Amino acid sequence: MLETITVRVFRGDANGGEEKEYRVKTFPGMVVLDAIHQIQAEQDSTVACRWNCKAAKCGSCSAEINGKPRLMCKSRIEDYYGEDGIIRVHPLKTFPLIKDLVTDVSWNYKTAEKIAPLSVSSGVPRPFRMQQVDVERVQEFRKCIECFLCQNVCHILRDHNRKDGYFGPRFMVKLASLDMHPLDEIDRRAQLHSEAGVGYCNITKCCEELCPEHIHITDNAIIPLKERVADEYYDPLKKVIRLIFGRNGRKMPVSSSSKK
Amino acid sequence: MEAYREHAFDVLIVGAGGAGLRAAISVMEAGLSCGIVCKSLLGKAHTVMAEGGAAAALGNMNDGDSWEWHFVHTMKGGGYLNNPLIVEIYAKEAPERVRELEEYGAVFDRTPEGLIAQRTFGGHVPFKRLAHVGDRTGLEIIRTLQDKAVSLKPKIFMEMTVIRLLKDGGRVVGALAYDRHTGEFIVFHARAVVLATGGWGRMYKFTSNSWESTGDGAAMAFEAGAELIDMEMVQFHPTGMVWPPGVRGILVTEGVRAEGGFLRNSKGERFMFNPEYMTDVYRGKFAETEEEALAWLSDSRKHRSPPELLPRDVVARAIYKEVRAGRGSPHGGVFLDVSHRGEEYIKRKLPSMYEQFRALGDIDITKEPMEIYPTIHYTMGGIRVEPETCASSLPGLFAAGECAGGLHGANRLGGNSLTDILVFGKRAGDGAVQYAQSVSGGKASAEEIEEEMATMLAPLNAASGENPYVLAQELQEAMQKGAMIERTEAGLLECLDKVMELQKRAKSLRVEGDRCYNPGWHTARDLQFTLRISEIIVRCALERKESRGAQWRSDYPGLSEEWGKKNLVAVKEGDSVKIMERPLPEMPPHLKAIMEEKK
Repeated sequence: MLETITVRVFRGDANGGEEKEYRVKTFPGMVVLDAIHQIQAEQDSTVACRWNCKAAKCGSCSAEINGKPRLMCKSRIEDYYGEDGIIRVHPLKTFPLIKDLVTDVSWNYKTAEKIAPLSVSSGVPRPFRMQQVDVERVQEFRKCIECFLCQNVCHILRDHNRKDGYFGPRFMVKLASLDMHPLDEIDRRAQLHSEAGVGYCNITKCCEELCPEHIHITDNAIIPLKERVADEYYDPLKKVIRLIFGRNGRKMPVSSSSKK
Repeated sequence: MEAYREHAFDVLIVGAGGAGLRAAISVMEAGLSCGIVCKSLLGKAHTVMAEGGAAAALGNMNDGDSWEWHFVHTMKGGGYLNNPLIVEIYAKEAPERVRELEEYGAVFDRTPEGLIAQRTFGGHVPFKRLAHVGDRTGLEIIRTLQDKAVSLKPKIFMEMTVIRLLKDGGRVVGALAYDRHTGEFIVFHARAVVLATGGWGRMYKFTSNSWESTGDGAAMAFEAGAELIDMEMVQFHPTGMVWPPGVRGILVTEGVRAEGGFLRNSKGERFMFNPEYMTDVYRGKFAETEEEALAWLSDSRKHRSPPELLPRDVVARAIYKEVRAGRGSPHGGVFLDVSHRGEEYIKRKLPSMYEQFRALGDIDITKEPMEIYPTIHYTMGGIRVEPETCASSLPGLFAAGECAGGLHGANRLGGNSLTDILVFGKRAGDGAVQYAQSVSGGKASAEEIEEEMATMLAPLNAASGENPYVLAQELQEAMQKGAMIERTEAGLLECLDKVMELQKRAKSLRVEGDRCYNPGWHTARDLQFTLRISEIIVRCALERKESRGAQWRSDYPGLSEEWGKKNLVAVKEGDSVKIMERPLPEMPPHLKAIMEEKK
């Protein structure tokens, strides 16, 4: 390992900015977040970044390292500096910049508010009985640490800025975790089809590839949700049946706006 | 004069970990207005890092567990310094609070009957008591409470730091905060304030705690005149990562030992079998041979559990002594090995440990042992509260979770924190609601607001002064050296001198930059909290001349009957710290009978 490396950190705010270079002493096992902390403590205490657990459990320290969206706490420096000994650290591109490596991710929290929580009918006996095999898929989705790296890399949000039309991979995973919950009684298809915009995803799997929790976002969450929606809205036979007999599905469709 | 924004709520909650969110649910369900202020983004609080499980006598494993047993174990684990009335409420209400989480959306691991699966942990044996989701139980709980709370629409202020409680005479009527993004000040007016601000580990060098754990809540309550209790009791979790240096202190869940992990020294010995490490209250209750401990893995009802599952204080001391005796691992820890459980099992039961060591430590825990050493993890002491309502000694101020004291006594059992925050988060919320409904609004003191804003801004305006990072580092070195696992009068006195010196130097700090998201400026304020709390920890540790739970005074090695009858209470007098002895709350006869019956 090199004894010192150069870390080029983006410094700036909503009005613009540029990379600033810092020389950093290395130590075994060092991660990019350590380098930022060292800069704050020894060179420039105004460098802004978010972090909490430093163990890849909280999803706070998301950034773009050499252009790749990553958790800084989980990114070993030797995996990122090349022969020139340089690592470049930039903020997430998809969200408005506040300062340096800190972006305004509040859109995600506003989106979360649109998703109705689990609702279990009072007729279901308590305590709940669910088999492990039936909850395993839901548990996969619930591993999400809300680092928003998937949101950052999703080209619907990143390149096309369709935050008005698509909730993004994080919330597809959330909706899937509720939709596939054995006891949830809410029909979420209408919401998926309309405001959540599941149709926008064209399965490039960029999100799935970089999920630090290794959630199969596209394969296990988005594709099944797309199938559920297609089944409801685009099945020609069902459409005819609906026209004749009206809608009498298992569950009543509910959108977030009609929830209490 | 410096400008500030204002907000008013019936109840203000400071902190959005499990305790704060559960309190908010209670307040919202009661129909009162509620503001939640948190230092990080929502869902990033320390609860997210809890791994092993939430202890509650659900009895789903058909092992005859009951709240009475949970009560006894918690008292015993806490060296009997716990407030028995708090422990009773806790043990009784924990099962209901855990089941309620399922209603809110939590998805725990299941038993073959489809109920919430439970595992054992140190001090809870022989019962399997911890509801869990692999080794990411804290994430499950915080996300569940976050979703539930958000659906009730409280007003949430993220990345805002509360720096002072505001009073009207003797009563707490609000708080002053600053916005971390912009640096602007906000005055919150409230009929009741709930502190759910977590613990304080950042004054130590090696800790599993994040930057947030600077003891703001306890320090602010102290400055406002509230009583703190058991402040000498700081938990050293036996298993923190050791190598490489970048990960030093990161938590390795007790779940590794609960799933059968062995502790070994450099000679390959399972040193926890050494009778020297056994304490009197647990003697005879644990396996005494490796064969018996192995048999426990296949039938935990028939056999006694391995001594690796002794409470945290006991195991941490043993590890410390092994290393001191020269039987440590290459990087100054001991070995923790779970590889005998096989790859498939480990990846299913300890997935995040597997990932943590693979990504950060270059160790495959399914094949090789980990190196571990005690790390500062949790603070048992905190704001003294009433058992039923979580009311502090200051009218209008409530506290729940890690920032409150009394439940865990001298040592917390693993798994007792995740249900602490549920049970007392709810009770603090209910208590605050009741109080808020009984009082009219107060008027925050304008002088206090102005004084605090000036203090906060001083380092930015100073022409010269010290760097807060340097002081924070010196404090960590001093506390790590003088107020760690093994404490002596000489070491504590030396540490206290250093803390007092740093307090003086911290009066003139200087930071670069402006008020927009400026970590140096934030650190300058956090430092004041940690310095005050450090002083209190050290003064209490000096005062308690015995060894009990987390407090190990090698100059007073045994339990003292006298000291076993009292808590230490810290309160502000003038500008200094006054330490008082306070007799333990009387244990009512029905609890005494339980203790006697379940010896």
